[in-house]
Amino acid sequence: MAGWRDALPSNGLLAVVKRDCPTCVLVAPVLAELAAEGTVAVTQDDPAFPEGADPRHDGDLELSYRLDIETVPTLIRFSGGREAGRAIGWNKAEWRALTGRAELGESLPENRPGCGSLSVEFGMPERLAVRFGDIPLKARRITVEDHDDPMEAAFNRGWTDGLPIVPPTDLRVARMLAGTTRAADEIVGEIPPNLIPCTVEKAAINAVMAGCRPEYFPTVLAAVEAALMPGFSMHGLLCTTHFAGPVIIVNGPVARRIGMNWGLNALGQGNRANATIGRAFQLIVRNVGGGRPGEIDRAALGNPGKYTFCFAEDETDPDWTPLSVARGIPPGRSAVTLFHGEGVSGFVDQKSRTAEELTTSLAHYLWHVNHPKLCEFGGALLVLSPEHYLIYKSEGWGREEIHNALWTALKRPGRDVVRGAGGLAEGLEPGREDEIIDKFREPTFLITRAGGPAGLFSAVIGGWTGMRMTGEVDPVTKEIGP
Amino acid sequence: MTEPYAMRDPTAETEPAYRQTVVPPASLDGLTIGLLSIGKERSVEFLDAVEERLAAQGLKVMRFAKPTHTKPAPRGVIQDLVERCDIVVEGLAD
Repeated sequence: MAGWRDALPSNGLLAVVKRDCPTCVLVAPVLAELAAEGTVAVTQDDPAFPEGADPRHDGDLELSYRLDIETVPTLIRFSGGREAGRAIGWNKAEWRALTGRAELGESLPENRPGCGSLSVEFGMPERLAVRFGDIPLKARRITVEDHDDPMEAAFNRGWTDGLPIVPPTDLRVARMLAGTTRAADEIVGEIPPNLIPCTVEKAAINAVMAGCRPEYFPTVLAAVEAALMPGFSMHGLLCTTHFAGPVIIVNGPVARRIGMNWGLNALGQGNRANATIGRAFQLIVRNVGGGRPGEIDRAALGNPGKYTFCFAEDETDPDWTPLSVARGIPPGRSAVTLFHGEGVSGFVDQKSRTAEELTTSLAHYLWHVNHPKLCEFGGALLVLSPEHYLIYKSEGWGREEIHNALWTALKRPGRDVVRGAGGLAEGLEPGREDEIIDKFREPTFLITRAGGPAGLFSAVIGGWTGMRMTGEVDPVTKEIGP
Repeated sequence: MTEPYAMRDPTAETEPAYRQTVVPPASLDGLTIGLLSIGKERSVEFLDAVEERLAAQGLKVMRFAKPTHTKPAPRGVIQDLVERCDIVVEGLAD
């Protein structure tokens, strides 16, 4: 309503209603009666409603938005230009007290709840906040001319990973920001390689472009914060000539709440949350940090997971210790774990029937991560499928037993893995022939569960070669905030 | 008339559209050359060889190092380079 302030009485009453609300229709005669004595009636939908009340039409809902109307009818008393009281819905006693009329609405029931205001319908608060300038976005506005296409403009400016993006309009960014309680100008951290401070707003813009829903946004922010933990070394992962990129594993109630996939095709396409959370993170690194392939991203080959690589752990079996819990997050909390992973490698074993057989078999396969003769080098993320997990579970094995048995089975005699052994040049430094050597460094070997119910197939996601740097490159876990 | 379609910039907004490269010096006479090791295996050996060749030409060389190649150079190292060198050669990155 243009000049919405002009509609407010300095001393008097104002009622906000809509015809689509049965309670408003019920009180329409009362409003006509009050209007005769100066009460201002404001209608959100039908400009002629309530009849006989000479209504003002709040077509753009500015008055409803400015007065924080959540329910109609709402009756407000102003005194000396300020609000002095309000009645929400129809309550005979309250309306009588506010109007000072003891006989008001005699024939009406004592109480009727109201309906939702049009100004608080889904998505409307953000739309109104943008329209009326209450969302202080600071990012540069990029205007797209009529003859241009927003998506082409985004490609031309180098904002995308090669796939189309959702254009980050003010309204979409405002809705994304509504997905977190954090302030738009809060700094999430400094994004490598250029160590540019990333605000919640910048993260939201990139989350919009990736296709996220607002409810995914806290998970995106947690992934960014996890990647910036010094122990993860995001800078090195970005610059490497190796295949690896960040792999995000989500645990806790958030996974179910936002509809993530841990079942059929969990590592594949088709789920919006899985697809867009991982992509949002990559776009933030690209756009805010300046990490672009062919520039500072020097991957010789890369892997398709560098578009996006995010999935949830299967926590449907209460006997299974979630990855986040094993890594120190209290049960029942949501968290992200980031691993430096290359592509998915499929482990096929349809013959093992015992835990011991399966462990030996898996260890043989895991030896091949990076190279069969490289040890204490890149780690591994083992994604156990439900059918392989059942073999363990049937013998009472849980996370700890599986991890420990695999750890032991993965030990190699030094003489088998030093350079030159077996006629292969690759391998460990000479001089370690008499040692027993672990395949992985302890913190870099993770086990998680995901996958559809059928298929004796598990996945091995090999780790980044940078993981050989003891104490510098390890997976990280971060609780997801509000 | 409708408002033009507008998007918000997802980038750091720190770069002009076109970035100018620094013009190389016409001569190395009197300039200090910094050799920065990125902290990766064998980068020191590589830079030793570079230093030897530059020194043989009578040029002034200073050595610097990042603690690790997995992280950006600490600000102190970058400031040192800016303050003490005219030219920087960085290596070894595979």
